[in-house]
Amino acid sequence: MTARAGVITFPGSNGDHDALYAYEHVVGIPTRLVDYRETNLDDLDLIILPGGFAYGDHLRCGAIARFAPVVAPLKAFAERGGPVLGICNGFQVLAEAHMLPGAMLRNKSLQFHCQWLHVRVESNHTVWTSNTNPGSVLRLPIANGEGAFFSDEETLDRLEANGQVIFRYCNADGAVDDASNVNGSARSIAGISNERGNVVGLMPHPERACEAFLGGDDGLKILRSALNAINVAV
Amino acid sequence: MSGTVVSQSIAPGAWREVALSDDEYDLIVEKLGREPTIVELGMFGAMWSEHCGYKHSRPLLKTLPTEAPWVLQGPGENAGAIDIGEGLAVVFKVESHNHPSAVEPHEGAATGVGGIVRDIFTMGARPIAILDSLRFGPLDQPRNQYLFTNVVGGIGGYGNCLGIPTVGGELFFDASYNGNPLVNAMCIGVTKHGTLMRATASGPGNLIMLIGADTGRDGLHGATFASVDNPEASHRGVIQVGNPFLEKLLLEACLELLEGDDVVAMQDLGAAGMTSSVVECAARGGVGSEIDVALVPRRETGMNAYEIMLSESQERMLLVVRPQGVDRVNEIVHRWSLNSSVIGTITDDGMVRIKDGDLVVAEVPAHLYTDECPTYIRPKAESAKVIAARSADLGDVSDIEESEIGEILLQLLGSPNICSRRPVFQRYDHTILTNTVVGPGEGDAAVIRVKGTDLAVVISIDCNPRYCYLDPRLGAAHAVAEAARNVVCSGGKPLAITNCLNFGNPQKPEGYFQLSEAVGGMGDACRVLGIPVVSGNVSLYNESADGAVFPTPTVGAVGLIENVDRCATISWRAGDIVALIDGATPQIGGSEYLSTIKGRTEGSPPPLNLDREKSVQDIVQEAIADGTIRTAHDCSEGGLLVALAEMAIASGVGIHFDEGRPESVGRLDARWFGEAPSRIIVSGDATSIESISGRCTVAGVPFIAIGTAGGDAIIVGESVRLSVAEATRKFERGLFDLS
Repeated sequence: MTARAGVITFPGSNGDHDALYAYEHVVGIPTRLVDYRETNLDDLDLIILPGGFAYGDHLRCGAIARFAPVVAPLKAFAERGGPVLGICNGFQVLAEAHMLPGAMLRNKSLQFHCQWLHVRVESNHTVWTSNTNPGSVLRLPIANGEGAFFSDEETLDRLEANGQVIFRYCNADGAVDDASNVNGSARSIAGISNERGNVVGLMPHPERACEAFLGGDDGLKILRSALNAINVAV
Repeated sequence: MSGTVVSQSIAPGAWREVALSDDEYDLIVEKLGREPTIVELGMFGAMWSEHCGYKHSRPLLKTLPTEAPWVLQGPGENAGAIDIGEGLAVVFKVESHNHPSAVEPHEGAATGVGGIVRDIFTMGARPIAILDSLRFGPLDQPRNQYLFTNVVGGIGGYGNCLGIPTVGGELFFDASYNGNPLVNAMCIGVTKHGTLMRATASGPGNLIMLIGADTGRDGLHGATFASVDNPEASHRGVIQVGNPFLEKLLLEACLELLEGDDVVAMQDLGAAGMTSSVVECAARGGVGSEIDVALVPRRETGMNAYEIMLSESQERMLLVVRPQGVDRVNEIVHRWSLNSSVIGTITDDGMVRIKDGDLVVAEVPAHLYTDECPTYIRPKAESAKVIAARSADLGDVSDIEESEIGEILLQLLGSPNICSRRPVFQRYDHTILTNTVVGPGEGDAAVIRVKGTDLAVVISIDCNPRYCYLDPRLGAAHAVAEAARNVVCSGGKPLAITNCLNFGNPQKPEGYFQLSEAVGGMGDACRVLGIPVVSGNVSLYNESADGAVFPTPTVGAVGLIENVDRCATISWRAGDIVALIDGATPQIGGSEYLSTIKGRTEGSPPPLNLDREKSVQDIVQEAIADGTIRTAHDCSEGGLLVALAEMAIASGVGIHFDEGRPESVGRLDARWFGEAPSRIIVSGDATSIESISGRCTVAGVPFIAIGTAGGDAIIVGESVRLSVAEATRKFERGLFDLS
């Protein structure tokens, strides 16, 4: 059996084709776009919520997308332990849908920010980091205007204690410092997981870091990790 | 079908409000054999505006070379198209949005991006990259700071949301742009030959559909407004408001529509809105069209036919659809949550007939709006001020001392026209679509791979307006040469250009002189370099109370890399031998150095030997294509030493420049900071450099090894020792220190 990936297209998603390409042509598994009105996701083994501006980011990033018809079956898929990855706007949607804790604020610069940067892997006890080593540094691009992860201190402590903080912004040597935290995220958090470790959200774009000649392929480690969990050969 | 045309009398002089002259109005009456209706008058005003009618530029543009075996579509369509092999076409165009940006910079720039992106997907191509060429007055003035910040925000806000990477561009500051910034946006797309779409209506009986946004009163008279002096005196009502979310839906819907054959023509609604799209679609196809404005969905109540025909509401598209295809069009468009309406039909009588219910409010042969638009050849005379500036004796410019070289280098690295553009390009998503091989700041031109092939497209947009001011003919030739040279330095073979001619008032002799000379120089360069012009845009009347902007014929060049693994950046590696292909002698006339350090915009720009330029470009392009080198950077603003410093900064590796070379060119300042075309720095191992040296010898082009990359400093003999870290700080802080 071959794993099958799905990439949800909300109106205004614009990273859907990138995630589709990464899974289909680089990772090499059958992948399809999932319309936001679909309600049956039974053919899928892993699901990506891509980057973009779902519903134009009107009202608030992800705030309208959480009401899309696809979200109910997505929640059911996640509750069954299915791997779900929210990238950038997809992370914002997962947060708005309460599938992950916290929220995203405007970047500290108050501006959209696009650059390659580094994140340190904090935990490989998730479906999406099982191919990585804790403490290792990944080079990935970011591109967002509202990328500052925020939550109350109590929740942040709980996330840390549960090992749900899985990526932090760092410098090239893996040191977490203010200068590397370009969005201004609480505790330099770049990505988190749910308690079970099957749902992950991150602001950087692993799907844009899959081919060395485009600047790096560290993103593949994340995209391929999920294949371990569904226990299929590629 | 023809009814009685509604008769309304035109108030004397009303035509001047739509920027038509008395003579032009008389011509309309003569051609029509009657007075136009109000709606017709508005439509003539738009179609005969400079923006749509190219009244002053058309006779000049005809002189440009537009053909080559690889050209699939030259000027006259929404964008040009060239063949890149493997059955694929690249579609591209640059367009200005200067006047709107001068009044409302955020929306002006945003809708500029929206418009050029629509031009590309109207041709059936998926947009893959955006570039922009921006010019402002100095940032020490708050108004310029406001315009700059908001233009950049507008471009980013629209392009980022659409999900099209902004991968390159240029930014230039000069007082001539006070109150009249230039915002030129370029978009490039890819499609298969078979799906290349044209906006040529055909087939009487086919239906005209309008899809996308509803029509409002925004942007009324936008095209006319872009054709007058001093837009600040006009009011904000004419500025369109952009909605990138809607455009994203429209983009996807249109590309899906074109996968079938139900749509026979597609034309976006840009300048002059419905008027220009209905007229141009019909005129190109030699057919007529009849629409009923009552069927146009509106976002405001009480709009009349005149307003509907001249609205420039964004994110709208006109389709000509086979009758049996309407259901499929509706299905696709509705699936993308957009509206669609059948608003008219294609006819065989050549008339553009506008109805408002049963009332015919306009009925004019399509060609009267287009082919019969008068063109003008104006008297021209060069301004005495420019002649004096160009002829100024630069012998009295005090040369620099050896000991000053390092300090001047630092000053130039931090100066507005040379410093890092990172604060700008970081606000643009430049990694989306996962094609960006060489992005902003990494090379002389952007390299964008074409998925599913080994090909990559190479794109650069350039113009040195100071050269064009001092000598428009030579300056425009430089713009073509530099854009092509930048494409070459990233490894591309230049195939074609698009141009955006930003000039002042052509009715002034000095304005027309600049325009006509620049077009002449552009043509000269294109012919020798073998690159046709396939699309473009003209923006005249760029004047404010202080006078005209520097003549700015922006050139967007597109080239091809056959093997995406073989491209080049400006970064070298420690141990590389650094060499200079030294095709011309640098001089200080018209240079960034002379302007920034000495405060003088004077002298003649450097001479341009186009045959020599072609030899130099061919050597470098072939050497990258055959894998000999991976590093190349041309010497442009700031000359040799600035170019070397930029390479050191980009790679984080210093350079040891061997003392005494290159051969002295007389003045120290000219030697280190002087400018000239046909000069490209390359680096590589000994074998590679020897290979380049051999090719230069064969071509008769001077070539010198000038140093070795390595260490953490820029070292020039005994006179300069500047750490790469310090150079980087100054370079990266440049724009921040201005604001």
